[in-house]
This record gives sequence, structure tokens and C-alpha cells, in this order.
Amino acid sequence: MSDVTRRTAIAGIGATLGVAAFAKVMEPVREFTKDLSLDQFLQRHYRELSPEDIQGVLRRIEEDTLRERGARVQVADDKPIPGVQFGYALNLSVCNGCRKCAEACHEENNHDRATNQSYIRVFEMEQGSLDFEHASATYDHAVPAPGKYYMPVQCQQCDDAPCVSVCPVEATWKEEDGVVVVDYDWCIGCRYCEAACPYHARRFNWTKPEIPAEEINPDQGYLSNRVRPQGVVEKCHFCLHRTRRGKLPACAEACPTGARVFGNLLDPESPIRWVLANKRVFVLKEELGTRPRFFYFFDS
Amino acid sequence: MSTTTADQAPPAGDSHLVTYPRFLWECVKISVDGGLLFYAWMFALTAMALVGANAWAQQLAQGMALTNLNDHVSWGLYIANFTFGVGLAAGAVMMVIPAYLYDDEEMHEVVIVGELLAIAAIIVCVAFVIVDMGRPDRLWHMAPIIGRFHWPMSMLAWDVVVLIGYLLLNLHISGYMIYSRFVGKPLNPKWYVPFVFLSVAWAISIHTVTAFLYTGLGSRPFWNDAIIAPRFIASAFVTGPAFLIVALTLIRRLMKLAIPDGPIRTLARILRVTVWVNLFLLGAEVFTQLYTGGSHAAAARYLYLGLDGHSALVPWIWSAIALNATAAVVLLLPVSRRRPGLVLLACVLTFVGVWIEKGMGMIVPGFVPSTLHEIVEYAPSPTEWKLTVGIWAVGLGVFTVAVKIAAQVLTGRSGLGPPRTREAG
Repeated sequence: MSDVTRRTAIAGIGATLGVAAFAKVMEPVREFTKDLSLDQFLQRHYRELSPEDIQGVLRRIEEDTLRERGARVQVADDKPIPGVQFGYALNLSVCNGCRKCAEACHEENNHDRATNQSYIRVFEMEQGSLDFEHASATYDHAVPAPGKYYMPVQCQQCDDAPCVSVCPVEATWKEEDGVVVVDYDWCIGCRYCEAACPYHARRFNWTKPEIPAEEINPDQGYLSNRVRPQGVVEKCHFCLHRTRRGKLPACAEACPTGARVFGNLLDPESPIRWVLANKRVFVLKEELGTRPRFFYFFDS
Repeated sequence: MSTTTADQAPPAGDSHLVTYPRFLWECVKISVDGGLLFYAWMFALTAMALVGANAWAQQLAQGMALTNLNDHVSWGLYIANFTFGVGLAAGAVMMVIPAYLYDDEEMHEVVIVGELLAIAAIIVCVAFVIVDMGRPDRLWHMAPIIGRFHWPMSMLAWDVVVLIGYLLLNLHISGYMIYSRFVGKPLNPKWYVPFVFLSVAWAISIHTVTAFLYTGLGSRPFWNDAIIAPRFIASAFVTGPAFLIVALTLIRRLMKLAIPDGPIRTLARILRVTVWVNLFLLGAEVFTQLYTGGSHAAAARYLYLGLDGHSALVPWIWSAIALNATAAVVLLLPVSRRRPGLVLLACVLTFVGVWIEKGMGMIVPGFVPSTLHEIVEYAPSPTEWKLTVGIWAVGLGVFTVAVKIAAQVLTGRSGLGPPRTREAG
């Protein structure tokens, strides 16, 4: 019997040490849980929130931003406007590869400063080729370079979006006006959408985005440019906090060449409709059947 | 240690409310009691698991930037191991099929080892998915009813269904067998045979659905290929038998159980065929991709030959092919039938070979070049390696303890019923 008691005692000590060691090694997780309130943890999916719930969530985000980042911001929840279907077209003949669009996106959308994140990548293409295999997104010289043309790529807001189909928790969907959005408070960070997107349009928050308080754009939207949490996916949202209030997306406003044409596809007087009617437009990777809302064209 | 003595009355009339807690308590006792080797092994596994747990805690705190993943290569070592683990779980069915479909009596005696492997492997898979998540605190968003489970559209939702289903099936089958033996009641075929047959079909489904996760993506030409699911099944039937041959040999030696040669010989016979099928399917894929060429084959060129001076995966994939081919040849040699050591060697070689081929060789080239043909190379970070070792240590620990409980109860050394007359494995 004494052997059994000794063994039990040893097992008990072993188990206690094991539990203590586990608690010790898991200690860094407190850094993760300290900013996580019960309200946040239990928050419902965006589309299940009542108008009052939404207001509560927006105010909480504003308070959190003030407390954690020292920035006073307004977070709105702009809804799609009936009778509006957004579309975008880009004139490859005049785009000069200056990347002002990518820069404007970076500032407008409160992207992480350290990684110089942006929803737009500009590719320097070989004349005579539409193949990205011969392109470079990391060019670093005066533009436009001889023998090259430039193709900015961002979310194509596909009507049949693979990213939306694959999401296991419906954290991303297509809004009534055609914009594919992400509920940053619902995304679980599995990055399946990032694998599914044919246009490299999605970005993951590998760390908590760092932005100096004075550089934070205070004019924010819940489904658009509010500062994203760590560990979730984000993407271009056609600046819906601007465009649903009648303004242009930041990239279109910033473009110095007039290459970018944005507007309401249902408005016969809109410039985008004129481009679609009068230019020979094409979409990227048409063969995949994603039906993009982002069109490219050459002037001549 | 046994609670049974011959003069105790068999508690046939006891309610499960009494005997089931006693069973669980006995399981706890068996899992913390053993010889020096057992303690040393479990201590080593626990140490590795703790290193992994610490790496995970830091990854949660500082973000997944601690991995070497990025927006170009957004899945890596974790998802590679997940995929391999699903194959291991499915491969365990290669004991169930001979035991139940072909009525192999000797296999029937040890089939529980395969079922326990399936359980341990699924636990490993689920762990790899959870550590790959940016927000594991939101796991409940996946739960039906309280969350928003995107089923049947999302293949990941399907994968959750089939993996959890397979885990429950195997928990039920092995749990029922062990518990019945523990209380000394005869097995009622109604309560397990239908589930066993279901689990055979289910084993195929888990790896098919896992393949569909990748093959359904038009954005990734390297994955968008119907041969991936058959390849996954073939390689699962390599790793499952390979692991089980080694495991049965070790169990026989270390636990001093009278496991006959028959099951090991059957598994080796299966392996002898499946390694070649696996190599054949790989060859069919390599030919189609490389002979056709063009940008759709860029990922295959990157994997096997290197692309524009980038060749991080070339040593990995050729090691995998060399390991698998060596194992395939060794198993064909007539001498391997007389020398069990050679079979064990082949098992280890091909296990590692498939781990590379299906992991780094399957997941990473899906992302290189990226969908817009940018080439960003990937090699796992120390955090990723620590977590990977830690999760496999947990899996091996679960498997060890489960096999120990099963051996102790099924041989009648622990239990409430009368001791079995025949001691078998």
C-alpha cells in the first residue's frame, strides 16, 4: 500500500507542477485578453444588430479608440442608397504609375504605418503583354518608364465573389450597392478568403495596426475605414463612408491623371456609364467567372 | 492496480451512473501510472507541449506577425500539418477495413489502435486550425444557431462537420468497446457495427472534403485540379499504415502484449501498394503541369525546378520524392518480407516523405507565385516550429494514454467484470 500512496503523491505533485507550468507559459495571453471586453466578446453579427445595438457599438468603438489610441473619431454606419450600384473603371492609357491612389488609400483608410499598407497595388506591365508574370509591383524609379504601362489592382467587388462563398462564418458579404464588406468584429481570421481571392485584394492584420494619433482619419465607418483589430481580414470597400455620402473614393480623388472613373452604374448620365458605352472595356481574369465591377480600358 | 478481484461479484446490475464515473476514474488512474519509460516519455511530450503553448500565447498577444506568413503566403506550416493530420486520421481506416469488411480475426483484436489513432489525429488537426486563426476567441461564431455557420456554401464549414463527425464516431466506437469490457458486458453489435461501417465511408469523406478546400479555388491553378482528392486519399493510405506498423511494433515490445504478426503483415501489404499508387498520381500531376507549361504551371515549376531564381521549395520536394521512392523500392525487395526492420525503415521514410509532399509541397506552392504572379518565398518561423512540435507532442500523448487505457481494460487487467479467460492484445 505504501508504494501506492507514494505513487499517488508523486502523481499529485506532478499534476500540480504541470498545471502551474501551463499557467506560467500561457501568461502572455493576458496581453491579448486585456483589451477584450465581455461586450465585444458577445457582440452579434453586424446584420443581426438592431439600430439601437449599432449605435451602442459605434459609441463603444469611439471610446475604445480614444482610450487606446488617444484619437477622437466619429464612427458612422452609412447604409447603401437605394437605386445606386457602384462601379469603377480605369483608363490604362493615362495611368502613369505614380501610386498617388495607393498613398491616398493608405491615409484615408487608417492603414498600418510600419508596413505602408494599402488596398491598391500598382503593377508595372510590359508593353505588349497583359500577363502579370512579366509585371512588377515593387518598381522604384521615375515613372512612366519607357516601354511600360501601369495597372493598379484593388478589390474588383465581384458580383460572384469567391471570398464571400468560402467564408465559414458569413463575416463577409455583398451589400445592396455592390460593395463587398467585412464585419471586422465577426471575422475569425482563418484567411480562407485571402486564399480564394484571385486578385490579391484581401489583407490580414498580422499585428495591431500602428498609426500615430494625429494621423488617424477621424471620419470613419463601421464597415470601412475604422482602425481594424488585430487578427482579422480587411479589404477595399470603395470608401463607402465617402461614396455613400456622394463623394468620390479617396483613390479616385487623388489620381492626378484622371485615369479613375467611379460612379453609379444605374445613372445613365454618370461618367462610368459613358465609359462602359463608348470604350472597349475588359475585366481581369474574366475566365474565372467572378464578374468584377472594376473595368479597365485603353483610350485607343 | 486492478480494481477487480475474482471474489467480487460482477456488478451487472449497477447503473451506468455508478459505473461510468468509476470507468472514467480508472482511465485517469491508468493514464498517470506507469513505468520509468512511460514517465520519461510523457515528461518529454509535456515539455514540448508547454513550449508550444508558450509560443501560442505569444502569438496571440503579439499577432500572427510572429509567423513568417504574409498576405502573399497566407497559409503555411500550420495548415500543412492540418492537411497531413487529416490524412493520418483517414489512413487509420486501413485497419478497420480488413477487420470488419474482410473479417480478419487477428486485425479485429487490435483494430482499436487504428480508431484511437484517428481520435488523436483529429485532435491534432483541430489544434492546427485553431492556432492558425487570427481570432480563436471568436471560434463560437462557427457554431450553428448561436453563430453563423456558412453551410453548405463554405467548404471550411463542411470540413468542420466531417472532422467533428469523424471524431465523435471514433470516440463512440472505441469508448463503447472499452467501457463494455470494463463493466464486463458482452458487446451488442447493434451499438457499434453500424457506426464502424459509417466510419469507413466517413474516413474517405474527411480527406475528400479537405482536398475540396483547395481544389474549389479557381484563383489557385496549382490546387484547382481534380487529382488532389485522389492523391490525398492515396497518401493517407500510406501514412496511416506506416504509422500503425511502427506503433503496433512498439506497443508489442514496450507493453509486452501478444500482438500477432498478422495485422502488421496485412498493413505492410497495403503499404506496398499504396506507396506506388501515391507516386503514380504524383507523376501524373507533374507531367500534366510541366509538359503543358504556361503561367498556370508556374507554381509547379517553382516547386520542382525553381522559378526566376527562387527555389526555396526545391530541396523539400525532391527530398520527399527520394524518401517515398526509396520506401517504395525497399518494400518491393523480397528481403523486406523476412526482415521487419526494413519495413519499419520504409515506414519512417515514407511517413516523412508524405509529410513534406503534402505539407510544404502542397500548401505553399498554392501561394507562390501569388494570384498576381508576385513571388514571395516562405520558410516557417521559430514560433511556427515550436507550435508544430508542441501540437504533435499533445497528439502523441493522447495516443499513448488512449492505447494504454485500451490495453489495460481490453486485456482484463482493469475492469469490474470477471477477468477474461484469454489474454489478447
